[in-house]
Amino acid sequence: MKASRAAWLFLAPALLVLAVFFLLPVLGALALSFTDYDLYALADLHNLRFVALGNYWMLLHRPQFWAALGHTFYFVAVGVPLSLAASLGAALLLHSPLARCKALFRTALFAPVVTTAVAMAVVWRYLFNTKYGWANHLLGLLGIHPVDWLGDPHWAMPTIILFAVWKNFGYNMIILLAGLQAIPAELYEAARIDGASAWRQFRHVSLPLLGPTLLMVAILTVSGYFQLFAEPYVMTEGGPLRSTTSVLYLMYEDGFQWWNLGTATAEAFVLFLVMFAVTAAMLRLSRKEAA
Amino acid sequence: MGTGAALWRKAYVAMCAITLCLAGCAGKHDDTLVFWTFGPEGEAVAKLLPDFERAHPDIHVEVQQLPLSAAHQKLLTAIAGGTTPDMAQLGNTWLPELVELHALEPLRESVAASATVTPADYFASIWATNVIDGQLYGIPWYVDTRLLFYRTDLLKQAGFDAPPRDWGEWRRMLAALSHPERRVYGILLPTNEYEQLLSLALQQPDPLLREHDSRGNFESAGFRRALAFYVDSFRLRQAPVVTNVEVGNPWEEFGRGVYAFYFSGPWNVAEFRKRLPAGEQGDWSTAPLPGPDGPGAGLAGGASLVVFRASKHRRAAWALLEYLSQPPVQQRFYRLTGDMPPRRSSWDSPLLQHDAAMHAFRDQLERVQPTPSVPEWERIAVMMQQVAARAVAGELTVDQAAAEMDRQADRILAKRRWLLERAETKR
Amino acid sequence: MSPRLAKALVNGLLLGGAAVALFPLLWMLAVSFMPAGTSNALPPPLWPAHPVLDNYRQLFEHAGMGRYLLNSLLISGAITLLSLACNLLAGYAFAKLRFAGRERLFRALLALLVVPAQVAMLPLFLLFKYAGLVDSYAGVVLPGMASVLGIFLVRQYARGLPDELLEAARIDGASELHIFLRIVLPLLRPVVATLAILTFLTAWNDFMWPLIELTGQGHYTLPLGLASLAREHTEGTEQMMAGSVLTVLPVLVLFLSMQRYYLEGLLLGSVKG
Repeated sequence: MKASRAAWLFLAPALLVLAVFFLLPVLGALALSFTDYDLYALADLHNLRFVALGNYWMLLHRPQFWAALGHTFYFVAVGVPLSLAASLGAALLLHSPLARCKALFRTALFAPVVTTAVAMAVVWRYLFNTKYGWANHLLGLLGIHPVDWLGDPHWAMPTIILFAVWKNFGYNMIILLAGLQAIPAELYEAARIDGASAWRQFRHVSLPLLGPTLLMVAILTVSGYFQLFAEPYVMTEGGPLRSTTSVLYLMYEDGFQWWNLGTATAEAFVLFLVMFAVTAAMLRLSRKEAA
Repeated sequence: MGTGAALWRKAYVAMCAITLCLAGCAGKHDDTLVFWTFGPEGEAVAKLLPDFERAHPDIHVEVQQLPLSAAHQKLLTAIAGGTTPDMAQLGNTWLPELVELHALEPLRESVAASATVTPADYFASIWATNVIDGQLYGIPWYVDTRLLFYRTDLLKQAGFDAPPRDWGEWRRMLAALSHPERRVYGILLPTNEYEQLLSLALQQPDPLLREHDSRGNFESAGFRRALAFYVDSFRLRQAPVVTNVEVGNPWEEFGRGVYAFYFSGPWNVAEFRKRLPAGEQGDWSTAPLPGPDGPGAGLAGGASLVVFRASKHRRAAWALLEYLSQPPVQQRFYRLTGDMPPRRSSWDSPLLQHDAAMHAFRDQLERVQPTPSVPEWERIAVMMQQVAARAVAGELTVDQAAAEMDRQADRILAKRRWLLERAETKR
Repeated sequence: MSPRLAKALVNGLLLGGAAVALFPLLWMLAVSFMPAGTSNALPPPLWPAHPVLDNYRQLFEHAGMGRYLLNSLLISGAITLLSLACNLLAGYAFAKLRFAGRERLFRALLALLVVPAQVAMLPLFLLFKYAGLVDSYAGVVLPGMASVLGIFLVRQYARGLPDELLEAARIDGASELHIFLRIVLPLLRPVVATLAILTFLTAWNDFMWPLIELTGQGHYTLPLGLASLAREHTEGTEQMMAGSVLTVLPVLVLFLSMQRYYLEGLLLGSVKG
């Protein structure tokens, strides 16, 4: 009895914080998304209406929302595979017995992860400046015409994706590296005796055994990338031509620029549902493949 | 049990203490008068303050400079969160929104009792933007309208002796001055600023909103004419498709002749004087906006000084407001920023009267139009520009863009229509 | 492929990767020492010909960066200390204390991980508005005081502690808090270090919630101050780079000095529980 009382006392602070500052607001968001809470309601609560699913219905008919969802999917669909490829490549290189100074390289490759996204987005904005940026200067050395990285609606999102890959690949690299190191050396030994090439070793030993880790890493990255916000906020302000407006950016604008909290919370929930559906589908697909 | 309970208590007390201490930091507002400025005005105010603080040793002013691009959002968040400053510089198009939120202190009585702020001395159209439903909520601080900066030498070379008087003439000049193959353009119109298109739209007879400002009126013949003129400037490659974010240094490029016209506001008079070399100073001037057929109207812009209702230092705020409204202080302010004073007596200075660049502004100020006075206006203006940018990019035709603007404006104004209907049925 | 060639290829690729990873950081550092206006040249300079500290001086004297730095330290420090306390207690309870519904509660907590934090932000703002906590340090610190991930991390680690040790102490009549403070906490030291650095870095780099919650400049953290400068478009490249250095350097140094704990935490957190 005494032990259980102690346990609840131990849990109380954390549970209280999570309940008051997370669970309660999430439920509040659900409630808000059924109302038309806006500037007028902020001024006078008599101006608040219950609209049931009205906000969700309106989102489905709002091209800007679909566009934002499309940009977010673009970012996830291109950004996640690129990030994972970079992570896996770096992990394989670091795992290779031929590599020298592994600790040093690992630290260098990981450094971008711990940097502040806002600060590095500012740096990136200057590196990809059309006129004086290094990106175009290097292209120029190769004889390629300058690209209007952040000013051209076709290039702005790819630039942000490049930034995200640079900033994040180190994180998964560490996890995949640990996964590779956990694969028993005998398996490679056996494969080598069978005369398997390096590629076949990777294809038939590393990749299958790394599968679960890769899946987990992919799911974490997908849910992280769906929450794109700081990068467009600093680098493009959602432009040019709204081409980098993500769902969260739209939510921020609708919520905190225009104070349509009803619309904004509905957007947040739709994003949540989409994320949930995508990650669930990934899990299910991988199970089917494994079976 | 004894020591255990004591330890528990100690641990909890410590945690509560830390939490409370943190919470305590929240309500720290002391005796400082907090003044929010947006853009370059903040620095100028800081230079004007020492005199004020000498005259009022009991008032300490803290000026906070916020970036203009985040100004609107910061103001609304502060009001929503109950953390407004004591006073602020406020674009007069945003005033209706803040009044709707009951955020601003009415100023009529203070003005009636004031020897410094005399309404008759102010430009009437600008003063009127601060009056909502008969009550006064702001005192004009500086006036702002957009017009044309132009390169006199380039116009002369192309055979034009005077700036354009109507759109036809303007279009011919732009055509003569644009050489897109050399990256030389007639005019710079940053595609993320709505003031240029808005100015052209305000020259039209049709209002921007209709039915008691509860629906968009962007499909009116007048607005479509303005939009077509705006979009054509890009389609004819007389203006480059760039936003403010990428434009870099427009003053230097204007000096190098990359643009012959620059559609902008009065603060740039000071910027051009500061940034262009002495040899180029004789080569530029300002001109009132050409209209569709003859001199056109402009945007009745500018910023007012407002006091927030939640302020605990309203007397001190009013004192600072009066100080900043004194003609000699406004003249100093003009010298520091190039922001034009809103009162006629402040213009009675050799500084403003002998300044050729200011004549066009003075002239334009006689023909300015206010924007619709609804809380949703800022959002509608931003939306208008976003759709216009799509038309510029060729995604929409002018008619499609106008229809899209009306569709979105109607959606934004839906709540307003409901409120109007409800008020109607109550009556 | 000959072994020598393979070796050159692997190390060459690593070197190239490291160069790409570090170039933006080094470039930022170099430009931050260039005199105003000199970095916008062609070809873009890599090294300050005449290094100056003006950019940093400007930031501290005119842009209020000193204040932002203090705010960042205060907020991240407070979040780290408080959340350590909450998460350690809860994580240990989930691992070693017996009570009805323990597993179910823990699974419910894990389910919370699925909900992105942004969903809660709008109502949280309204909550703080009525509590008078908008634009206060508390408004940023309070929601950061506990995290499911932190609890999970502690639980993973604490499950490995020997039960016999705890039982022996209980038989001796020690209270649960006494056991936690005197016996468990010293054993948890590695995970404390890990959690501390992870929390501090996350709090330091956090952007969206502080952006919403901190409305006045007086409470800005470094990322907010920097973003605000960046959106003004009036500061020169050099000064923006100096601001970025100030924002990034503290966390980078912290990471380098405690790298081992950080990477361990990262792996511990990613093991499926």
